[in-house]
Amino acid sequence: MAEPAVAVMAHHEEEDHAHHGPEGWLKYLWSTDHKVIAMQYMFTGMFMALIGGFMAYVFRMQLAFPGINVPGFGMVSPGEYNALVTNHGTLMIFWVAMPVLLAAFGNYLIPLMVGADDMVFPKINRLSFQIFFLSTIVILASLVVEGGGFAGAWTAYPPLSANETYNLTPLGSTLWVVGVGLEFVAFLLGGINFITTLMNSRAPGMRAFDVPIVVWMIVVASILFMLSVGPLLAGAIMLIFDQTLGTGFFDPATGGDPILWQHLFWFFGHPEVYVVLLPAIGVVAEIITTFARKKLFGYRIVIFTIVATGVLSFFVWAHHQFIAGIDPRMANIFTVTTLLISVPIAEMCFVYIATLYGGSIRLTTPMLWALAFIAEFLIGGVTGIFLGAAGADIYFHDTYFVLAHFHYTFFPIAIIGTFAAFSYWFPKMFGKMMDERLGKWHFWLTIIPFNFIFIPLFVLGMGGQHRRIYNYAHFPELAIPWFQNMRIVATVSLLVMLAAQLIFFYNCYKSWRRGQKAPRNPWRANSLEWTTESPPPHGNWRPDELPVVYRGPYEYSVPDRDDDYWPQSEPDGRGAR
Amino acid sequence: MGLVERVGHFFDDIGLIRIGSSYAADIDFLILLVLVAVGVWFLAAESVFMYFIVKFRERPGHKADYIDGTNKRHKRWITYPHLAVLAFDVLIVVVSFKVWHKIKMDLPENPDAVIRVIGQQWAWTFQHPGADAELDTPDDIFTVDELHVENGKLYHFKLEALDVLHSFSVPVWRIKQDAVPGRSITGWFQPTVIGEFDVQCAEICGFGHGVMAGRVMVEDPATHSAWIEANTPDAYAAVPAE
Amino acid sequence: MRPIATTRAATGIATGKLAVWWVLASEVVIFGGLLASYVMFRLGHPEWADAAALTNTKIGAFNTLVLLTSSLTAVLAHQAAERGNGRLAARYLYMTIGGAATFIGVKTYEWWYEISHGYTITSNGFWAFYYSAAGLHAFHVIAGAVIMAVVARDAARNLELHRVELIGIYWHFVDIVWIFLFPLLYIAK
Ligand code: HEA
Ligand code: HEA
Ligand code: CUA
Ligand SMILES: [Cu+2]
Repeated sequence: MAEPAVAVMAHHEEEDHAHHGPEGWLKYLWSTDHKVIAMQYMFTGMFMALIGGFMAYVFRMQLAFPGINVPGFGMVSPGEYNALVTNHGTLMIFWVAMPVLLAAFGNYLIPLMVGADDMVFPKINRLSFQIFFLSTIVILASLVVEGGGFAGAWTAYPPLSANETYNLTPLGSTLWVVGVGLEFVAFLLGGINFITTLMNSRAPGMRAFDVPIVVWMIVVASILFMLSVGPLLAGAIMLIFDQTLGTGFFDPATGGDPILWQHLFWFFGHPEVYVVLLPAIGVVAEIITTFARKKLFGYRIVIFTIVATGVLSFFVWAHHQFIAGIDPRMANIFTVTTLLISVPIAEMCFVYIATLYGGSIRLTTPMLWALAFIAEFLIGGVTGIFLGAAGADIYFHDTYFVLAHFHYTFFPIAIIGTFAAFSYWFPKMFGKMMDERLGKWHFWLTIIPFNFIFIPLFVLGMGGQHRRIYNYAHFPELAIPWFQNMRIVATVSLLVMLAAQLIFFYNCYKSWRRGQKAPRNPWRANSLEWTTESPPPHGNWRPDELPVVYRGPYEYSVPDRDDDYWPQSEPDGRGAR
Repeated sequence: MGLVERVGHFFDDIGLIRIGSSYAADIDFLILLVLVAVGVWFLAAESVFMYFIVKFRERPGHKADYIDGTNKRHKRWITYPHLAVLAFDVLIVVVSFKVWHKIKMDLPENPDAVIRVIGQQWAWTFQHPGADAELDTPDDIFTVDELHVENGKLYHFKLEALDVLHSFSVPVWRIKQDAVPGRSITGWFQPTVIGEFDVQCAEICGFGHGVMAGRVMVEDPATHSAWIEANTPDAYAAVPAE
Repeated sequence: MRPIATTRAATGIATGKLAVWWVLASEVVIFGGLLASYVMFRLGHPEWADAAALTNTKIGAFNTLVLLTSSLTAVLAHQAAERGNGRLAARYLYMTIGGAATFIGVKTYEWWYEISHGYTITSNGFWAFYYSAAGLHAFHVIAGAVIMAVVARDAARNLELHRVELIGIYWHFVDIVWIFLFPLLYIAK
C-alpha cells in the first residue's frame, strides 16, 4: 500500500499500544501490551502487599504488647483492630495473591509461553486492569472514610455486615463490598482473555500437552474462579441492597437468612483458595524442572490432579460452616469430600518430590523459593485435614489453629510463590540478572522468621485461643504468661521478616540499575519465553520470528543430546508437526 | 479406662488445655489420631524430599536422569502412596463421624436441666432453670456473662442470638456452636471438672467482640444449690415450684 | 492493529465466539446463584405466594412475547450477516433493539405501578427478589441493546459482520434468563 510513512505512523499511534498515546505515567493506564498490564498488576499487588504487611505489623504489635502506642500507627482501638484484620485478609487475598499470581504472571506468561504476540483481546485486557485499578481506589478509600474501614472480617457475615447499626461503619462496609465486587468483575474479564488465548492462540505445533504447567494452572484457576464467583456476585448485590436500601435478604427479622450468605460466600471462597494455589504450584513446576534439569514426573498426572482438585473444590464449601447452624447431617457429607481433596493434592506433592529424583539440582534463589514452597505448603495442607474432620473442627473452628493452617498455605502461595516467580522471571522482565547473594539472604531471612511466626500460633490455637480478639487480657485462661510470650515471639519474628524485605527491595533496585545484563535464556530453560530477547520487545517476537513448537516444555537431560535442555521451538529435523 | 480415655488426655497431661467435659477426650483422641495419620505422611514426604535435595545435587560431568513417569515401574511410586492416603482418609472419616455424631447429632435424652444461652452485642445472658429445674418458669435465674452449672450433670442448652451471629465456645469443654438470630439451636454438654473456665465468643460480632468474654462456674452439688438459693428472685424464694 | 494472536484458532472455533461462551458461562452462575437462593427461600416461605399473586402475569407474558420476538429478529440478523448483507442485518438488529426498548418501557410502567401501590423492594422478601432479579436482568437487556447498537452501526457499513452472530448469542441468553424468571416470579403463585 502506498500510504506515506507518516500516515502509517499516525495510524499506528492511534490504534496501537504501549509506548505511544497519552504522556507521562497515564500512558501506562492506556497500554494494551500484555507485558505492561502485567507490570501494572504486579506493582499494584506489591504496593498492596506492603499495606497488608503493615496492617499485620500493627495488629501483631497490639497482640504482643496490648495497649502500646504502635510506632507508625498509634493506639489500636478494638474497632480499628477488627478493621485492620478484616482488610489485611481482604487485601492479601484479593489485592495481592490474585493480582500478582493470577493477573500479573498470567498476563506476562500466557502469551509468551504459548508463543503469541499478545492476548487475544488486548482492549478487554486493558479494561480489566482499569476496573481493577478503580477497585483498588475504592478499597483504599474505604479504609479512611468517616466511621472507618469495614470491620466484620473478610468473610463479611451478615447481619453484622448488612446493618450499620451493628457494624458501625456505614460507608466503610458498603465501599468494601463495592470494591470487592469490582475486583471480581476485573478478574472475570481477565480470565476470559486467559482462557481464550490458551485455547486458540497457541503457536503452530503446540498441542494441549505441550503447554507449560504454569499456563495450564493459571487457566484452570481462571475457570474455577469464573464458575464459582457468580453466586457471590449475586450475593454482593443482595448485601449492598441490604446495606443501603434496607432490604432483608440476610436479616431473619424480615424472613431473610444469614446462613445463605455463608453458602454463597464459601461456594466461592473454597474454590478461591485453589484459584490462588494453582498458579503458585505451576510456578514451582517450572522452576524445579529447570533447576533439577529433569523432566516433570508425570505431566499428565499433574493435569489430572488439578482437574480433580478443581472439580472437588466445588463440593467442600460447607466445611467452613460445620458449626454454623447448618443441618448436622451435611457435615458428614462435607467431611468426606473435604478429605478426598487430600488425594489429588497429595499426588501433586508426590509428583514434585519425585521430579527431584535423579536430578542435577542447582540451588539458585528461585529454586530455593520453589523448594521452600513444597516444604512449607505440606504443613499447611496436612493441618487442613484436622479441620476437615468435622469432629475435630468443633474445637478448632475459629481458633488460631485455623489461622495458622491457612497462613501456612497462603504464605507459601502469595509470598513464597511470588518471590519464586519474581526471581525466576526477573531476567526476562527487566533484562537484568538479580544478585544471588542478596537473594539468598533475603530468602533465609524470610523463611526462618515465617516459621517462627506461625508455629507458635498453632500452639496457641491448640490451647483454645480464638481469632479476631484484640486483647486476650479479657480471657483469663488465654492471658497466662507463656501464651503471651508466644505472641511476642510471633510478633518479633514478623519484625525481622519485614526488615528482611528491605534486602529484597534493595536487590531489585540494585539489579535493575547495575545488574549484569541478562541473556535471552539465562537458566537454559525450554519454554518459549526464553527464546526472545530479555526483555521481550513489543509484540514479543518479530512477526516473522514467532515460534513454532516441536515438543513439550520439560525435555531436560534427554539422553544422546549434548545439551541438557531442548527448547520447545528448536527444530529437530523432522519438520513441524 | 478405654483407649480414648487414656490417649485422649494427652493435651491435658502436657498442660495445654484442660479436659472439662464428657466428650472432650473424644475430640482430643480424634485430633491425636489425625496428628499421627498425617504426621506419618508428612515426615515421610519431608524426609524423602530433603534426602533428594541433598543426594541429587549438581555434580560436574554428571547429567540428570531422563524419567518421565509414564512407565509403570516408576508410576508405582505415585499410585501406591495415593491409594494409601485414601485408606488413611477413610480411617479419619470413620472416627470423625463417631465423634461428630456423639456431640452434634445424638442428643442424649432426659437431661438434668435445660439452660438458655443468649448472645447479643456484646454480652452473654444465661437463663438457668432455677430451683424447679424447669426452664421458662418464674423462678428462672438470669445472669450476665456467668454460667453456673453442677458438675457431672447432663445439660441441654438452647442457643439464641438477638442481633448478629455469635458463637458460644467453652474451650475446656470442647464445645462450640454458632448462635444465629431467629433460631434456637439445641445442644448438650456434661461438665466433668469443677472449676472456673473461659467462655469465648468465637464469631466476630462487631466492635466489642474482643471483650465478649464469660465464665462458667462448674460447682459441686452443695455449692450449686447454695448459689441457686441465693439467687432465686425474691418473690419466688419461699414458694416451692408448682 | 490486531495482534496476530487474535487471528489464530487452534480449536477451530472463532475466538470471539469462544469468548462469548465463556462470558455466558460466568453469567449463568451469577443468575444461577441468585435464582437458586430465591428458590430456596420460596420453598421455605409458602406465604410469599400471597405477594407473588400480586404480580401482573399478563404484562409478564406480554414481555415474554416481546423478548421472544426480538430473539427471532436477532436470528434473522445473523442469517443476513451470513449472506454478507450488512444493511439488512443492521435493520434486523435495530428491530431487536426496538424489542428491548419495548421490554424496558413495559417494565418501567409495571414497576411504577407496583411501587406507587406500595410494593417496593423493602416490602418483603419476595419483592426484594422480584426487583433484584428482574432488575439485574433488565440491566443485561439495556447493556445488550447498547452493544447491539454499536454492532448494528458497523454492520450497516458491512464491517465486523461476525459480531452480529456474537451479540445474537448473548441476546438469546438474555432471553433464556427471562424464560426462567417469568414462571418463577409471575406464574408460581
Ligand atoms: C490457598 C489456601 C488454602 C488451601 C490450599 C487450603 C487447603 C485445605 N484446607 Fe483450608 N483454609 C484456608 C485456605 C486454604 N486451605 C483459609 C483461608 C481458611 C479460613 C478462612 C477463614 O475462616 O477466614 C481455611 C479454612 C479451612 C477449614 C475451615 C476451618 C474452620 O474455619 O473451622 C477447613 C476445614 O475443613 C479447611 C480444610 C482444608 C483442606 C482439607 C485443604 C486441603 O486442600 C489440603 C490438602 C493437602 C494435603 C492433605 C497435604 C498433602 C498430602 C499429604 C502429605 C498426604 C498425607 C495426607 C493424608 C493422609 C490425609 N480449611
Ligand atoms: C494471602 C494471604 C495472607 C498473607 C500473605 C498473610 C500474611 C500475614 N498474616 Fe494474615 N490473614 C489473612 C491472609 C493472609 N495473611 C486472612 C485471610 C486473615 C483473616 C482475616 C479475618 O479474620 O477476617 C488473616 C489474619 C491474620 C491474623 C489474625 C488476626 C486475628 O484474627 O486477630 C494474623 C495474626 O497474627 C495474621 C498475621 C499475618 C502475618 C504476620 C503475615 C505476614 O506473613 C505478612 C508479611 C508480609 C510481607 C512479608 C510482605 C512481603 C511482600 C512483598 C514485599 C511484596 C512482594 C511482591 C512482589 C514481588 C510482586 N493474619
Ligand atoms: Cu459475640 Cu463475637
Ligand atoms: Cu475451604
